[in-house]
Amino acid sequence: MITFERVSKRFEGGHDALRDVSFEIGADELVFLTGHSGAGKTTLLRLVMLLEQPTRGRVLVNGRDLSRVARRGIPAHRREVGVVFQNHRLLFDRSVFDNVALPLYIAGYDHREVGKRVRAALDKVGLLRHERAMPLTLSGGEQQRVGIARAVVGRPPVLLADEPTGNLDPALSAEIMTLFEDFSRVGVTVLIASHDLALISRLRHRIITLREGRLMGAPA
Amino acid sequence: MQRTRVSHRLNAWVRHHRLSAADSLRRVLERPTASLLTWLVVGIALALPVSLALSMDNLRALGGRVDSQAQLSVFLRPAVDAVAGQALAEELGQRADIATATFRSREEALEEFRARSGFSDVLGGLEDNPLPHLLLVVPRDPAQAAALAAEIGALATVDEVILDLAWLERLRRLTELGARLVLVAALLLAAGVLLVLGNTIRLAVEGRREEIEVTRLVGASDAFVRRPFLYSGLWYGIGGGVVAALLVAAVFAALRGPVAQLAAAYGADWRLAGLGLIDAFGLVLAGGALGLIAAWLAVGRHLRLDPRG
Ligand SMILES: Nc1ncnc2c1ncn2[C@@H]1O[C@H](COP(=O)(O)OP(=O)(O)O)[C@@H](O)[C@H]1O
Ligand SMILES: [Mg+2]
Repeated sequence: MITFERVSKRFEGGHDALRDVSFEIGADELVFLTGHSGAGKTTLLRLVMLLEQPTRGRVLVNGRDLSRVARRGIPAHRREVGVVFQNHRLLFDRSVFDNVALPLYIAGYDHREVGKRVRAALDKVGLLRHERAMPLTLSGGEQQRVGIARAVVGRPPVLLADEPTGNLDPALSAEIMTLFEDFSRVGVTVLIASHDLALISRLRHRIITLREGRLMGAPA
Repeated sequence: MQRTRVSHRLNAWVRHHRLSAADSLRRVLERPTASLLTWLVVGIALALPVSLALSMDNLRALGGRVDSQAQLSVFLRPAVDAVAGQALAEELGQRADIATATFRSREEALEEFRARSGFSDVLGGLEDNPLPHLLLVVPRDPAQAAALAAEIGALATVDEVILDLAWLERLRRLTELGARLVLVAALLLAAGVLLVLGNTIRLAVEGRREEIEVTRLVGASDAFVRRPFLYSGLWYGIGGGVVAALLVAAVFAALRGPVAQLAAAYGADWRLAGLGLIDAFGLVLAGGALGLIAAWLAVGRHLRLDPRG
């Protein structure tokens, strides 16, 4: 579902954030991406979202070579990739419902369909009774779950998460990870960047480790 | 399948237009003072060149009316008496290139001058009539008036020929110059409107930067991001156009009375032409178009999030 073929990313100024990274993630997999701060986790996710382009190599998502996606095609690609951010990136001027509904409005669903899908997503993350609340009135864990609902409401085949538990205590973090496992079980490809080794090593999933932009265990 | 997809996308597009239009209007109306100020600035900037242009139109119309009755005032030498003057008038009247030649005696001229100028008291005090006999000559072809004036001016009995075309010509030149100035003013003020509206939209974009970024991250197209701001520009521009139309209408309504009185004092049946309904509509449209352009330019610079240009 997600394939990296000898991908390197060099930023302007000469810093190599990723070096010769290759891996493959199957459609029904949940994979953790780990490594120290600055190892290149966020950069890798940004390549999948088409927020960056690799300097060398190819990234394929769902069989599509991302270097072939024209600028016009980027929005459609992003609608197929749900993203959960560490700092949620909720919009604080609108309700929980409207935050979650955003991708659906963009995709052009009509009102009834939007209502149905938003409620289903909020129900999944256990926030149905908060749909009218403003995000600032929610706790950090709840805000993160709103962010997750927004990422999955459009039923994307791929779900990315960048340090989704970065600001949460262990119990809440475990809860959030269980949610991701549920999505993986229904066929969503899930890639989670996290440096919380204690948490992710307890869960039985594949772990990809980056060190200074290189894949650990890969031939040098 | 194909049809339902197309109609689904069309519906979605219409829906987002409706949402953007309503949402932008709500944002504009939510801050009435700021929006009213923007409307006023745009309105004044649009009203200025339009008022000037309308004034020029009125002047041109006035020139056109006088133009068609271009005439030569032929002043005879003081030594020439009324009989000789009358004879000259008849002689000139026979010519093919002259439509009419009318003799006006010095007494008649004085009488008319008294009546028209309102200086009757002053003139009444004069012992001698200072005016010479006068012929009013109307050429068949106004374009030939200058040549005719030269020819008649060379006659021994003629003191001076005043061609009314001289001031007409000056008026024409002035209106031409005026039209240029109006064009320059209109361009400058339109640029000003673009800058003001562009800045307003830019501030709106800055205020919603996080929203723009998040919408793009979850798959919004450029058009989707741009749309609400285009509508904001449209509302500001249309509001400004309405203000401009009202301002112009008010200015011309205020001028109509005095101008009519002035025209009456000159015995002219001439009325000030204001802004027609269609012109007013055009002004509102022009405002809307400027708003759209300003918004497009302002948002365009903020859409550089993606790696591929
Ligand atoms: N836009 C950028 N320009 C220059 N350097 C960057 C940019 N983004 C990230 N980097 C650098 O790339 C390296 C990897 O960053 P990142 O992918 O954010 O790591 P992680 O998410 O694993 O902490 C870091 O050294 C960071 O400073
Ligand atoms: Mg990071």
